[in-house]
Amino acid sequence: MATELMPGQKRFTPGAIGADVVLVLWFVFSLFPILWMLLLSLKTPAEQTTTYFRFSPTLENYGIVLSDEGTQLTSVNYPSAILSSIVNCGGAVIVSLLIGIPAAYAAGRYRFRGSNDLMFTILSFRFAPELMVIVPLFVIYNQLGLFDTRVGMIWVFQLVTMPLVVWILRSYFEDLPEDLEQAALLDGYTRRRAFVMVALPLVRPGIAAAALLAFIFAWNNYIFPLILAGSDNATVTVAISRFLGGGGQAFYNLTAAAALIGALPPLILALTIQRYLVRGLSFGAVKA
Amino acid sequence: MPGRPPGEQQAPSPGAGGPPPVVPSWRRRLRPYVLAVPALAITIGILYPFVLGAYYAFIDYSAVNPNPTFVGLDNFKEVLSSSVFWESVKTTLIYAVSATVLETVLGLGIALLLYRASFTGRIFERVLILPLMIAPVIAGVIWGLMYNPQFGVLNYMFGLGDFDWLSRSNALWSCVLVDIWIFTPFVAILVLAGLRSLPREPFEASSVDGANWFYMFRRLMLPMMWPYILVAVIFRFMDSLKVFDQVFVLTAGGPGNETRTLQIGAYQDSIINLNYSRGATYMFLLWILVFVTARWLVSVLGKAQRRAAGAEE
Repeated sequence: MATELMPGQKRFTPGAIGADVVLVLWFVFSLFPILWMLLLSLKTPAEQTTTYFRFSPTLENYGIVLSDEGTQLTSVNYPSAILSSIVNCGGAVIVSLLIGIPAAYAAGRYRFRGSNDLMFTILSFRFAPELMVIVPLFVIYNQLGLFDTRVGMIWVFQLVTMPLVVWILRSYFEDLPEDLEQAALLDGYTRRRAFVMVALPLVRPGIAAAALLAFIFAWNNYIFPLILAGSDNATVTVAISRFLGGGGQAFYNLTAAAALIGALPPLILALTIQRYLVRGLSFGAVKA
Repeated sequence: MPGRPPGEQQAPSPGAGGPPPVVPSWRRRLRPYVLAVPALAITIGILYPFVLGAYYAFIDYSAVNPNPTFVGLDNFKEVLSSSVFWESVKTTLIYAVSATVLETVLGLGIALLLYRASFTGRIFERVLILPLMIAPVIAGVIWGLMYNPQFGVLNYMFGLGDFDWLSRSNALWSCVLVDIWIFTPFVAILVLAGLRSLPREPFEASSVDGANWFYMFRRLMLPMMWPYILVAVIFRFMDSLKVFDQVFVLTAGGPGNETRTLQIGAYQDSIINLNYSRGATYMFLLWILVFVTARWLVSVLGKAQRRAAGAEE
């Protein structure tokens, strides 16, 4: 990933230094809100609206947000929201992998009737207006008793995770030379064994990237749990938005602490799969 | 998926040279379908509510009317003749077009700068994606606190007094600014990946011919980059048409109806007012808008890809 130079371009020319200056400005713009959240999360209630940059930092907000104290104070149960996010998003990713990997393999390896229709239908979930599905699901879930349940959340999160898993992995399976599996077959492997022992290990980076990216997007999703989850399955995103509206009293410092905690898992996961991010975010369309 | 761990199977060891197992051709032809069946089942499980949602647009279903009847196009007549709907369309289009255009221009600029940058490039690439990976809702919450007229840090730092970022005339643009903060990196990393994949030869050749940087950018780089830029534009434009999260936490569609995008409008109609059919009609119309735009953009993308393939030769 070395920075390359255009032909005829030299390092440390005024142009290159100018480029760095503009970039620095962008990164101040990019990072400042996150830094500001950090500062706000370290302030006491007395300082939260009265100070800007000079205050006596404390970590106590994080303790409050992550304990019963925060629930009593703000009526938002943040620890339970974190657990809901982990279970529902993790569950959704596992279901998508179990179902999506075979489908992605079928679509990447074979030409079969309806394959493109299936793939594009799955992709269209990514671009469909969410409420078109949520409104009927809201009615159906209430009838079936799936409102605010783990099963209901994992089902609806398939809209987020399934297109990512299937499309990213199809592009990986397409790139895999078929000769490798053919060789395994000639060696007496069954088709299934060739898939498990040869194809699957080779696309492992793709699977990891697709799974983590799907988890990130499910974690960051707001509209599904907002409408289809109640207090039991409210996720991190829903909980954070409720800190602000709680009981007439302002808990900006707690909101900031919760926001940072909620933002941390996606940030860490994203940095671990950065190499695969472009391909994942473009659903396999751009192979970086 | 395997029924048992492969290790337990007494399969011939690789290299033993046993004959490949004979599989009847009908089974071979069936295989992809068997693999795809679970995905098909999930797809149907999601398509069902989707189709039901479309159907809601043609009945008069609401919490106060639990036994709906078929009303044909009445919902569409009602929605299409209401000024609130057209305000929502206007708001959505202004939001989507301005956010997409600004993010594309900025993202392209940042990608070019990162590609050129001398010593800062590598660190910045890691930092670049941070806003993109934060939940849009969290971004909305963060910016909402910074926008606050009384204690918000923006007014303090820029000496704006009690400037109201979320007033009637400012709210939509303040939301667009948050969108830019989140999603410009998306365009930038896609374009940067494209830049890195460009072949070197045409640039070297035209450099030998004495072409300047701007000429190379316009005549060589841009045509080859169009497919990457268009992929980014497609994603950004489609997503902004159905924007909800960050706008909802910032303004909930207000003040008045100033930031009531189509999806926020559908939320207000169907979830708050429990008029399911009206919300569904909004979504049906938005879906048509998304579908038509997607078809058009994808055909533009196809043309750009063919042209780029030509430019590389």
